Amino acid sequence: MDHFPGNWGQPLSRDPHVVSSTDWFPGPGRAAAEPIARTQQPMVTGTSVLGIKYKDGIMIAADTLASYGSLARFRDVKRIISVGENTIIGASGDISDLQHIEHMLETVMIKEYCVDDGHTLYPKHIYEYLSRVMYNRRTSMNPLWNSLVVGGVRNGEKFLGFVDLQGTTYQASTIATGYGAYIGQPILRKAVEGREDEITEEEAVKIMDDCMRVLWYRDARSSPKIQRATVTAAGITVTEPYELTTEWGFAENIKGYGA
Amino acid sequence: MSGIGTGYDLSASTYSPDGRIFQVEYALKAVDNSGTCIGIRAKDGVVLAVEKLVQSKLLVPGSNKRISSADLHVGVATAGLLADARHLINRARSECQQYRDTYRSAIPGKVIADRMSQYVQAYTLYSSMRPFGISTIVATYDLHGPAMYMIEPSGVSYGYYGCAIGKGRQVAKTEIEKLKLTQLSAREAVKEAARMYGSRVF
Repeated sequence: MDHFPGNWGQPLSRDPHVVSSTDWFPGPGRAAAEPIARTQQPMVTGTSVLGIKYKDGIMIAADTLASYGSLARFRDVKRIISVGENTIIGASGDISDLQHIEHMLETVMIKEYCVDDGHTLYPKHIYEYLSRVMYNRRTSMNPLWNSLVVGGVRNGEKFLGFVDLQGTTYQASTIATGYGAYIGQPILRKAVEGREDEITEEEAVKIMDDCMRVLWYRDARSSPKIQRATVTAAGITVTEPYELTTEWGFAENIKGYGA
Repeated sequence: MSGIGTGYDLSASTYSPDGRIFQVEYALKAVDNSGTCIGIRAKDGVVLAVEKLVQSKLLVPGSNKRISSADLHVGVATAGLLADARHLINRARSECQQYRDTYRSAIPGKVIADRMSQYVQAYTLYSSMRPFGISTIVATYDLHGPAMYMIEPSGVSYGYYGCAIGKGRQVAKTEIEKLKLTQLSAREAVKEAARMYGSRVF
C-alpha cells in the first residue's frame, strides 16, 4: 500500500506503481529510437503588438487576427489579456502558446490568492515570472513562440516591458513587436519619447490608431479590427474590437505593380 | 455491548460487533472539542465563520487560520485538528488546479466537495492510518449559484443551508434555524453570524 496519500488518485502516468507493457516488450516505447523534435515554427499566429507609456499609464494595442500561415484563419481572437488588477499583456506569435501562458498565469494568480497574506502579483512580478518562463523554455530547446508586451501601473509607477521566445527582455517607453518593430516603433518613438508624462489619453488613442493603421496598410498579416487596452491608477480597461477607418482613394493612382 | 477497551477501537479497519468504527467516532470527538464553526448559505453567497480560541497571547495575529481558500470560488472552514485541516486544504487546492488543467474551467462545487470527501473516506479504510480529525465546511459558488457542503471524518458529505460544528454547534444550529435562509442575503448573513459570535450565544 502506498502510504503517501499525496499520491492517491493522481493520474496513472504519475503513479510509479503502474507499469506499462512497454517496460517489458522491446520496440518503440519508453526508449524511443528516434531523436525528439520540438516546436520548430509557430502554427496559428498573431502579428504586431504596440505598447506606449502616456500620462495616465500604459496603453497596448493589437489587432484581432490569428493567421494560419498567410491564411487569415480566425478574425476575432483577443490577443490582449489582463492579469490581476493592474497588469495587461499583449502577445504576438503563436496563439496556442499564448493560451498556455494565460493558463500558467491563472494558476500562479490563484496560488497567490490562496496564500491569503495580503499580497498579490504586480506588473513587475508578472514580467519577471514571464521572462523566467520564456528563458527556461528556450533553454530547454522548447520555446513558447511569442513576443510579449507587459504593461501596468503600480503605486503611480508606470511599467512597460518586452519579453520574447528567446527570453530577451527590455523595458522602454515605447514597445512594438514583430512587423511593428520595423514600421510602428519609429512612429511611436517620435510621438512618445520625452513626452511620456504629457500625452493625454485622447492623444495616446490617436497615436495608437494611427500606428495600427500604418501597420494595416503595410503588414500583410494584419487586420483593421483592433483592440486597445489601458492600465491607469483607476484600473484596467480593454476596448471591444473596433474597426479602423481607412482611406484607399490613393490606390487608383498607383502604377507599375501589375494591374 | 462492546465499547472502549474491548479491542475493537484499535484500528479504523475494524468494525465492532454492533457495526461501528470506533476510530471514526474518536475522530468526531476531536472535532467536538474545537472552537465553533458555522456556515450559512444565503441567497447570493455563503458565509463561513469560526471562533478562534486564543491559544497564546504570543501568537502573531492572523496565524493558524481556520478558514482558507482552495480556489477563487471554493472556501473551506474547519473544526478539529488544524494540521489535518491544512493537509486536506492542500489536497483540495491540487484537486481544484487539476480540474482547471484538464477542463480549463473552474471546478463545480459538488465535484470538489465529492473529491474531498472521497479523500477523507480513504483514511477510514486502513489499519495503518487514522481518520481525519476534522469536519470541513466547503463553501462554493459556481454556475448554479452558491452551495455549501459539510464533510465529516467518516467521509460522508451532504449539502446544507446552514450548519455548525465544534463546541457550540447545538446552540448555533438552533440559532441558524431561526433565520429565513431562502430570503437572507449574504451581506445580512454576515451580520447574523457576527451577532451570534459577538453576543456569545454559544
